[in-house]
Amino acid sequence: MGGLPEAAERVLDAALVSELTVVDGRGRPVTYPLIPLYDGEKIYMTSSVLFSRKLEHIKANPKVAVSVTDAGATPVDGFVRVTVQGDARVVEDDLHAGWESLLPLWEAKEPVIRKFVRQRFALPLFFERSIIEITPRRVLLWPHDGNPEVVEIEEAA
Amino acid sequence: MSAKAVIHPKLAEHLAGYDHVVVSYADADGYPVNVATGFRVDTETGRIDIDRFEAPDVPGDGTEVELTFSHVRPQPGVGYDQRRYVNVWGPLATASGRWVVEPARTTGWDEERVPFFEYCERNVPRAHRYMEALSAERGVEIRPTLPLGWRLFLATRVPFLTATLVPVFLGAVVARAHGESAWWWVMLAFLGAACIHLGLNVVNDIYDTESGADEANVTPTPFSGGSRVLQHGLVSPGFMRALAVGFFAAGIGIGLFLAATRATEILWLGVAGVFLSIFYTAPPVKLVYRGLGDLAVAIGFGPIMVLGTYAVVTGRLDGEALYASLPVAILVMLILYVNQVPDRHGDVQAGKRTLAVRLGARAVIGGYDVAAIAAFALIALGGLTGVMPAWTLLALLPAPLAVKVHRGLVTHYEEPYGLMPAMGANIGLHALVGLLLILGYVLDVAV
Repeated sequence: MGGLPEAAERVLDAALVSELTVVDGRGRPVTYPLIPLYDGEKIYMTSSVLFSRKLEHIKANPKVAVSVTDAGATPVDGFVRVTVQGDARVVEDDLHAGWESLLPLWEAKEPVIRKFVRQRFALPLFFERSIIEITPRRVLLWPHDGNPEVVEIEEAA
Repeated sequence: MSAKAVIHPKLAEHLAGYDHVVVSYADADGYPVNVATGFRVDTETGRIDIDRFEAPDVPGDGTEVELTFSHVRPQPGVGYDQRRYVNVWGPLATASGRWVVEPARTTGWDEERVPFFEYCERNVPRAHRYMEALSAERGVEIRPTLPLGWRLFLATRVPFLTATLVPVFLGAVVARAHGESAWWWVMLAFLGAACIHLGLNVVNDIYDTESGADEANVTPTPFSGGSRVLQHGLVSPGFMRALAVGFFAAGIGIGLFLAATRATEILWLGVAGVFLSIFYTAPPVKLVYRGLGDLAVAIGFGPIMVLGTYAVVTGRLDGEALYASLPVAILVMLILYVNQVPDRHGDVQAGKRTLAVRLGARAVIGGYDVAAIAAFALIALGGLTGVMPAWTLLALLPAPLAVKVHRGLVTHYEEPYGLMPAMGANIGLHALVGLLLILGYVLDVAV
């Protein structure tokens, strides 16, 4: 498994929104609020082709950060602010249906998504989606004010 | 929402609604670092003060950082709503012991200001660019898809067939009230009329796409703005042309057969109907671009279809059938009339001078009221004077729906999505009045 600290896993499992930060062609950070999906090893997000600029940035530079900072949108006991730095990969072999493998994780946080998927004919381009797969490299945790706890993540064998 | 300027007073006010900011910068290894902290907007200097924080590779003065303000409201059992965020970029500086960022560039989205559907529509060109690049990279065309049945359903806008169902069966029941019936022929007439109607819908999409009217419209609704199948890349223009040709060929073929076997009057009604259907949007006539679309729809889906079906059954035309068609004609016209309201910003860019483009809100709403009152006055007059059976007075019952449409127009004239309930009620008004007129004739025969 990826070995994220338990506090980070709890927060990622509960967060309704996170900040995905990518690096653009001029080296500047660009942040997108997205729902994080965590499978115990990697962090996944999906992006519609409608909002695909982030995908282009990731393909050019896979270094990303995902942070969960909004306690109000993270229904979990013992909330701590978390930033996970990692390497992202865009998975888009099947834009139409490939991302549906993540539906169970997505639905757990946003139950209404299943209904929207059934009505995808109303917004077809929104449901042409790429998967962003993030392999964690380092975790920053702020259980208190001041210096964060920094946890390096060992690469899985 | 996007701007390239120092902080605007409205943005400052907007940012005050967030409880923290996420500061992003790149660390020594090139990975972004995100740190949440407190902030204050200084409206006098236009700068954003941010609380100092501890983190790896904290940026020095002059480093360009990104500030992200993000909010959602959890909705247990559903997900979340109130999505909004703002990104601000600018150089970090130290002033009076605090960090400050002077905004150089901002972007973001607030779904209360730009509804989600509009936000998606505005990004359709980006989606196509992305898929084109992916197609070039892979050497295989990558495009959005839906099952063929859904694509046909969307492209033809099948649910709008109530506009054909009502006049065809109204013509049939008027004929039945006159002692004549031929239900298999009526079904064939409906099939022919439906083909022409679906062909009209497809042709409308083809030419509104060519003129740019549909692309310019970023607030389509289920009732307005076209089917979007071309804008979304679900079908090709060639597919749509083939579909239009197929529907018109089938409709014209049925019409010619009916004219040859039932009544020659059908030929002239059919010619007029096909002309109006094709040139509703097609050049060089482009009736709807000249503000004549409403009239064309009223004639086509009123007298032509009612009289045509009456002629299919009886072999002749009739004054009562013409009269009965008039309220239906007005109400079907009002469907188009109201649906043009949310489309008008896109229409004006494409030179589509519909009535909603030509007239102001007050005149449009006044026009709706006058036309709706006229439709119900015709029903009342017809039922009370014996031009139509007294049972057709039942068709006055849905009148409150017209009031709902009026109120919707008054309240949501500037809000395409807020107008949707009124547009739905307006379609329901036509269908209900039409069905009750049909029922009135049925009861007249049965009772």
